[in-house]
Amino acid sequence: MSGKDGEGRPNPSLFELALTFNHIALASFGGGLSAWSREVIVVEKKWMQDQEFLSAVTMCRILPGANQINMAVFVGSRFRGLPGALAAVAGLCAIPVTIAVGLAFAYFKFHEVPELKSVLRGATAAAIALTLSMAIKTGRKCLGGVVPILFFAAIFALNGVMRWPLLACLALLAPLAVLWGWPRKKESEA
Amino acid sequence: MKDDALTFMHIVVLFSSLSLMSIGGGNSVLPEMHRKSVQDYQWITDQQFADVFAISQAAPGPSILIVTMIGYQAGSQAGGPILGIFGALLATVCMILPAGVLVYIVSSVWTKAEKSPVRKAVERGLAPITVGLILASAYVMAGSSDHGWQAYVLTGLCTVVFTTTKINPILVVGLAGVIGYLGWV
Repeated sequence: MSGKDGEGRPNPSLFELALTFNHIALASFGGGLSAWSREVIVVEKKWMQDQEFLSAVTMCRILPGANQINMAVFVGSRFRGLPGALAAVAGLCAIPVTIAVGLAFAYFKFHEVPELKSVLRGATAAAIALTLSMAIKTGRKCLGGVVPILFFAAIFALNGVMRWPLLACLALLAPLAVLWGWPRKKESEA
Repeated sequence: MKDDALTFMHIVVLFSSLSLMSIGGGNSVLPEMHRKSVQDYQWITDQQFADVFAISQAAPGPSILIVTMIGYQAGSQAGGPILGIFGALLATVCMILPAGVLVYIVSSVWTKAEKSPVRKAVERGLAPITVGLILASAYVMAGSSDHGWQAYVLTGLCTVVFTTTKINPILVVGLAGVIGYLGWV
């Protein structure tokens, strides 16, 4: 069912895009979505090579938006333009969003039940740990120096501790950070 | 009826702007989402915010499903479960669309921009900011849930598990739920 064009390049249909991202969303139950995307898109379907996939992952990480949804937009639009992007995002989100609506209905109906409160207290502790471990894993890679640590600490203090609006924090710090990140060997290359 | 319209307008404005500010993924805008939906609009309480955060982390799919759940409660306050579902879908679409459009535009020039200094500068410069925002999220979530010392110990243990092993996070969250059920946190 995997579509190919005349020269053997992958050429998935809208339906296949939606189906594939639906598969990725459900297979990644409990995390690891990014790893599953690679497994399915590069290894199983051979829609992209590793290098292009990694480059796309980088783009999806720096641009705003949930990384997995960004990836669906990228892959979908690469093969089928705007309809492809829509199909991939719809495939990725349809069932999880339906489940989330169901969970929201159930939670707001039953959240006063003491047993549920106890269970959620434990689950919240673990969910916070999940966020913390994400900060640790990504921080290990990019916090190697005084300047990045200053940016890291400043945005944490402003947005997390002092509760400044995010827009103000970003307006203050993002331009400085991008300026700092600007490659410095530019003149010698030109 | 006029209040309903106002609620849905707030949903659109809040989540569309969060969408564009969510560098590094949905987790980086949790403090802002908390500030607006708990303190300003009072759609949900502190504790409920922590709860839907935990539920959405354990549910399958992308990391922004907390938005669906908050949108549900905002809508259902305005007019029952039907408007709740509408609020949930509206919030989700608003959280996806602006960032999605940006990715769509950038992806068409991305491969050509391999050597662009802008790309390098954004990639390198925003990384530490993203980490700071994600840590801020963990900090705000711990403050908004009813976090006693036992809960901090549990969070610490789970953090060690998540950073040093490859155990499926859903198992760890489930186990932490059992520990909560037993009344240990």
